[in-house]
Amino acid sequence: MKRRDLLKLAGLSAVVAGGVPGFLNKEVKAREYTPPPGALTAKRWGMAIDIRKCWEHPECRDCIKACHHIHNVPEIPEKKKEIKWIWKDEFEHAFPDQPNEFNDVLLQGKPFLLLCNHCEHPPCVRVCPTEATFKREDGIVMMDYHRCIGCRFCMAACPFGARSFNWVDPRPYIREFNPEFPTRMKGVVEKCLFCYERLEKGQIPACVEACKHKALIFGDLEDENSEISRVLRSRFSIRRKAELGTGPSVFYLIG
Amino acid sequence: MFEKALVGSRKYWLWVFFLLVLIGIGFLAFLAQLEYGLGITGMSRDVSWGFYVAQFTFLVGVAASGVMVVLPYYLHNHKVFGPVTVFGEFLAIAAVIMCLLFIIVDIGQTHRLFNVLLHPTPHSMLFYDMIVLNGYLALNLICGWAALHGEYKGTKYPKWVVPFIYISIPWAFSIHTVTAFLYAGLPGRHFWLTAIMAPRFLASAFCSGPAFLLIALLIAQKVSRLRIEPKAIDTLSKIITYALLANIFFFGCELFTAFYSQIPGHMYPVMYLFKGLHGHTEWVIFMWTAWIFMALAALLLVIPHTRRNLNTLVLACVLLFIGAWIDKGIGLLTGGFTPTPFETITPYRPTVPELLISLGIWATGFLIMTVLFKIAVAVKEARAA
Ligand code: SF4
Ligand code: SF4
Repeated sequence: MKRRDLLKLAGLSAVVAGGVPGFLNKEVKAREYTPPPGALTAKRWGMAIDIRKCWEHPECRDCIKACHHIHNVPEIPEKKKEIKWIWKDEFEHAFPDQPNEFNDVLLQGKPFLLLCNHCEHPPCVRVCPTEATFKREDGIVMMDYHRCIGCRFCMAACPFGARSFNWVDPRPYIREFNPEFPTRMKGVVEKCLFCYERLEKGQIPACVEACKHKALIFGDLEDENSEISRVLRSRFSIRRKAELGTGPSVFYLIG
Repeated sequence: MFEKALVGSRKYWLWVFFLLVLIGIGFLAFLAQLEYGLGITGMSRDVSWGFYVAQFTFLVGVAASGVMVVLPYYLHNHKVFGPVTVFGEFLAIAAVIMCLLFIIVDIGQTHRLFNVLLHPTPHSMLFYDMIVLNGYLALNLICGWAALHGEYKGTKYPKWVVPFIYISIPWAFSIHTVTAFLYAGLPGRHFWLTAIMAPRFLASAFCSGPAFLLIALLIAQKVSRLRIEPKAIDTLSKIITYALLANIFFFGCELFTAFYSQIPGHMYPVMYLFKGLHGHTEWVIFMWTAWIFMALAALLLVIPHTRRNLNTLVLACVLLFIGAWIDKGIGLLTGGFTPTPFETITPYRPTVPELLISLGIWATGFLIMTVLFKIAVAVKEARAA
């Protein structure tokens, strides 16, 4: 083969190799959005959870209560139909791919706080047929309840079980109604939205604010000087199912 | 031509009436679901797709299988399939309509269905699925109807449909491939995350669909003066045989990968389905039935003597259809969702309303198929007379 042909072939295969998957993997463009003055902004929002502090206060549920109350998350007794944005589950369930029989005493049965990871490459966004789920420029994976058709493809795609579906009308199950946040209707999916509505007003997420033990650290992962970046540099942390390549933005400080 | 559907025997009308009753019941159950929400079904936060999506998946296969009679006739000029291609196309029409209905009943916000069209999203596989399914429906309506109309008027099918026929062949493969892609490629769902999902889908489709078609043709032959050449039956049964063997082989490949690698995530769904996991054994009996049925069918089909005998052939077709239906129409979905992302098990059982709605949709499909087959048979009878 002549050198030129070889180069051509190389170029062509690069186009095929890079172009086709590139198109399929293409990051979903965030919608145009200008934050109002006074809003908290970031390049990529993330959260670090100092899980050791959590364990010191096993009874504490302040973050869950605060989040679920201000977002009108219904309390549905039937487990199969429940809606949750942030909740606790055991280590074995949160990190099923990390069994370590020698570490069991350290982690077995220990509760972890779980929520949507606001993944860097969110599969839920990739599969949604209407862009009801989309990723914002600042990394927040958003839900547009008005556009969601309730196909639940995003639930099948999320490897973290972060999404809930309104199998029935949620309104009768809302304990204390907060008029400042919309309620949902039956037939749509929902999940944690990193309190985008509070960030707009210059407030930190409700769970972070509610944690009196300062176990939750929220901030800009791309800002070297942010508290979260500093703590992630200095302490050992793990992420859920990192091997799947979704790039979770929620970190668990365990060391 | 349509008037041919309006004359029929008492039995024909009884059958139509029976289907209409089932459709009515299903529709009432659907109204109840619209009112109450999908909470009326057995689906849950953990198993968020169930019977509807499973039926959809299975029926896409049945629809695609129409190509197994169209392809040999048009590409290889396999003459004996001439008289049956139109039945393959009509079966595809009925199956695709059922698929679309299953999607409609599965969606939480039914009236927003058109959001998929209003906000085309080329990174979602559902977008392509919508295109290929509707396209396939249109292609089969065009090809089937034009061919039959030609026969009705005593001519050959018109020239302009030929390109459509050729397009319809790869298109049939595409509908089941894209449907497989809905599953394959989701991170964290080990049972679905397999590169042979599409080939497996096609193999199971190309045995179960033609098996169904074969039974339908034999029934049509029994209740009318339609005559199907033994040679056509013979070829069809060979197609079924090879597709079934491929299906079994692919399944074996999956088992090998899961159990030789010993990766827990890949083994658990299979163990859950076939052996039970953490004391949950709800689908074990079904899955064993499915694969024993398919193995028996394979045996009956491979042995030339039993394949050529109409009785054992029909038995094999029935066994394999039931087997493939359980495997794909239930097992595939539950296996994908179980264990959950938390390695826990939330059992799924369809509820009565869910089953009634599904039955209603199946009845709709049978009605469409009955009417279309009736027309085709009547046209062919009139020709023969
Ligand atoms: S955790 Fe799940 S829902 Fe949240 S962004 Fe990642 S994939 Fe999407
Ligand atoms: S359920 Fe809603 S958000 Fe989820 S994929 Fe379907 S349309 Fe998108």
